[in-house]
Amino acid sequence: MDKILTHEAVINDLSSGMTIGIGGWGARRKPMSLIRAICQSDLKDLTLISYGGPDVGLLCAHKKVKKLIFGFVSLDMIPLEAHFRQSRQNSEIEVMELDEGMVQWGLRAAAMDLPFLPTRVGLGTDVLTHNPELKFVTSPYSDEENLVAMPALNLDVALLHVNKSDEKGNTQIIGPDPFFDELFARAARKTFISSEEVVSTQELGGKEGAIFNRFERSLVTGVVHSAFGAHPTSCAPNYGFDMKHLKEYSDAAKSFEEYSSKYMNKTHEEYIDSVGGSEAIKNIPLPQF
Amino acid sequence: MSDSISLAEICISAASKAWKDDGEILATGIGLIPRIAAGLAKLTQNPDLMMTDGETYLISEPAPMGKRDVSYDQVEGYMSYSRVFDNLWGGKRHAMVTPTQIDCFGQTNISAIGEYNSPKVQLLGVRGFPGNFINHKNSIFIPNHSVKTFVNGEVDMVSGMGYKNKQLSNGKFEIKVVVTNLGVFDFNGTDNSMQLLSLHPGATVDDVKLNTGFELSISSETVTPMPSEEELILIREVLDPQGIRNSIFGE
Repeated sequence: MDKILTHEAVINDLSSGMTIGIGGWGARRKPMSLIRAICQSDLKDLTLISYGGPDVGLLCAHKKVKKLIFGFVSLDMIPLEAHFRQSRQNSEIEVMELDEGMVQWGLRAAAMDLPFLPTRVGLGTDVLTHNPELKFVTSPYSDEENLVAMPALNLDVALLHVNKSDEKGNTQIIGPDPFFDELFARAARKTFISSEEVVSTQELGGKEGAIFNRFERSLVTGVVHSAFGAHPTSCAPNYGFDMKHLKEYSDAAKSFEEYSSKYMNKTHEEYIDSVGGSEAIKNIPLPQF
Repeated sequence: MSDSISLAEICISAASKAWKDDGEILATGIGLIPRIAAGLAKLTQNPDLMMTDGETYLISEPAPMGKRDVSYDQVEGYMSYSRVFDNLWGGKRHAMVTPTQIDCFGQTNISAIGEYNSPKVQLLGVRGFPGNFINHKNSIFIPNHSVKTFVNGEVDMVSGMGYKNKQLSNGKFEIKVVVTNLGVFDFNGTDNSMQLLSLHPGATVDDVKLNTGFELSISSETVTPMPSEEELILIREVLDPQGIRNSIFGE
């Protein structure tokens, strides 16, 4: 079984109007080469679900987003995401703003093929005011507590970036925090992976390596080899986030032209060269929080 | 050294008392002063507190501010985001946070300012506030006590619930303490109104009233206790040896 694809092949499998879940967290381990490929495509009217970072911002800047389902959008060391803010402040996107745990719960409900999962989270807040589609459920037990019925967040596609994969889609996330990538994969009809390294199954490291296999290969539709594909976000332990680039990207919210001409509409290899080359990215130290 | 105690140090000392009676839970201080305060709490008030390295691992000693050699971190456990969520849904956590707005009910906002559908200022998003405030105790640090922060009426987008909805939290909602640049407060006034517990040196009741957009009770006008010699040594030599805390008030 060979699931190896190109960026273009993944894009060809997507269509406008889809609901796309994006793995990672803030400015950490985002499938940025796939995101840039979407930005450069004709795709539009996407619904995104993300623990958001520059993935959300870049897609907003390219007017690809119809609706965003989110708890936050942040570049970590730069707390607020300028491109996302601009889209919100100009009323360019619809939003379903949720607690980050409600996002997890919605993905988990989808992963378990359930219509909803109950929670107290959201009660007493304007999350409910601004999402009137959220309904309630009364506990059938003696407590009769009234709870939020967090609906399943079913995804057409999940896009995830990992450290290592074989051609069958046996992936490994070696960074210390796998975030919620597993739930995105389980909530999606198809999951496309971008991977720092593509190795043989024998090179996955046997039992010790398998600890880093966060979800099974049957969930993986395709794998794109994308060394440094998370740039400018971090991909621990391989490289940290590129603060200089993130700053330049953030500042580009005022005028996107220059950033776009320097870094967009390129192949992945050309992009890596444009941001200083693979050696430079390899040397970006891991962030300290 | 005590004749040059800074406002940041007074706030850190006051804020550290928030975790005193919490037992063995996860202490999370988000932002400069809350993080140093949580560390000080662990080194003085409550050594049983659990604390992360700011990323994924539980460590035995609080991580000092600024660049450090992480190979010296004594890792004792694991706290991925998924596990943080599991932990907080179970209520075993006390966070100290800095919302952009807070109102007379203790409701907090980090989402957006202005009309929700086209906000004047888009902020972070509600992030974990709905879940944090309904599931576990929280405290608040506000570096710029003003009517813009302590708003008249309700906050623009209720991200963290407040006392008006306390009954929804299965008994877990509590704002333990609010520390600002002017003083120390809690919400144990009549009908859970915000009340002044102590004033920092130089601050007056009028300053507090003028800079709060709602009625608050004055339970005490005493001066906030100064940090002890032990606390000052820990803040200055262990938790924040590079003096990053001084940036918060431009000291």
